[in-house]
Amino acid sequence: MTAAVHAFSRWAIPLMLLGITTWGLSRRIAIYECFVEGAKEGWRTAVRVLPFLVGMLVAIQVFQHSGALEQLIRVLEPFTSRLGFPPEALPLALVRPISGSGSLAILAQVFETYGPDSFIGRLASTIMGSTETSLYVLTVYAGAVGVKRTRHTLAVVLLTDLAAVIVSFFIVAHFFA
Amino acid sequence: MINYVWFLMIAAGVITAASKGEIHLVTEGVLKGSEQAVLVAAGLIGIISFWSGMMNIAQEAGVTRALARLLGPLARRLYPEVPPGHPAMGALVAAMSANILGLGNACTPLGLKAMGHLQELNRGRAEASDAMCTFMAVTSSSLTVIPTTIIALRLTHGSEVPTEIMGPIALATLCSTAVAVLLDALLRSLGRRRVLR
Repeated sequence: MTAAVHAFSRWAIPLMLLGITTWGLSRRIAIYECFVEGAKEGWRTAVRVLPFLVGMLVAIQVFQHSGALEQLIRVLEPFTSRLGFPPEALPLALVRPISGSGSLAILAQVFETYGPDSFIGRLASTIMGSTETSLYVLTVYAGAVGVKRTRHTLAVVLLTDLAAVIVSFFIVAHFFA
Repeated sequence: MINYVWFLMIAAGVITAASKGEIHLVTEGVLKGSEQAVLVAAGLIGIISFWSGMMNIAQEAGVTRALARLLGPLARRLYPEVPPGHPAMGALVAAMSANILGLGNACTPLGLKAMGHLQELNRGRAEASDAMCTFMAVTSSSLTVIPTTIIALRLTHGSEVPTEIMGPIALATLCSTAVAVLLDALLRSLGRRRVLR
């Protein structure tokens, strides 16, 4: 199973590359020119996202670097622990929506400390897999097309992350009981 | 709402740093954040260009149309206002497929491509369309069925069965995507009635 998944993740993109170009050529498309035409967009998109990224990442860094995030975790811990949620997994749950690299670092730390096959390790894996860096997705996706008002979507993504953490907890507790 | 979240993060940061007597942490955070933004944006240039180019071929060749036909029934229900033959539908399906397959760095470029097409349908407005909101909600609920990064990380940390979390993740992700779709529909109708603005 592990081998199959690894083979898949190694082969997926190379095969797509070959598949799309072959399909294109068989339809008599000037694939190289077509590729370059499409690729021109990359630059513009990246430039358009920049102001949105600066705004969001500065706020996130100020929040994290100042120690406010740690403080928040310390305040929440007694409540979540009373509900049976392991305090060791709380940092991951809170960092996950705002930082992809940060949450990956925390996940590695959890594996290092408790081992990937412990309850905490499995819970952290499941939380990581069932959530996204929501704030990043929202910032970049909306920013790339110049959308400034995302209406109800911020509320949706944050509540969804919360739901994912709760669901992960119950699923892992059941699955590996 | 984004305005409040943004303000709260900044204000909490400043107050915490001040109470610790280490106000310089805020300034450092500002510098770090700006630098990180440039790195992220710069890192996106190449890979977005690449996938935009590939998607252009795929679109010309009719690959995305074939994909859209395959996953069409689901996508049409999620995005009822997107015309089935529109390039937006193909791009949406391609982006969702990349997410489901856990194709890491292909997800954002394909997602941005889809957003671009949705913005054409939205006629360039500064307010997100219904389809955009649904798409962002679904994307950030993480559709991953094959969580490659997590499996690799478990493997390197000596897990006996690194893939054992695939079942739980698939189940959890299914639940969270369902929650995202439901919440999106619910809050959208509340928003229309101006309860939530």
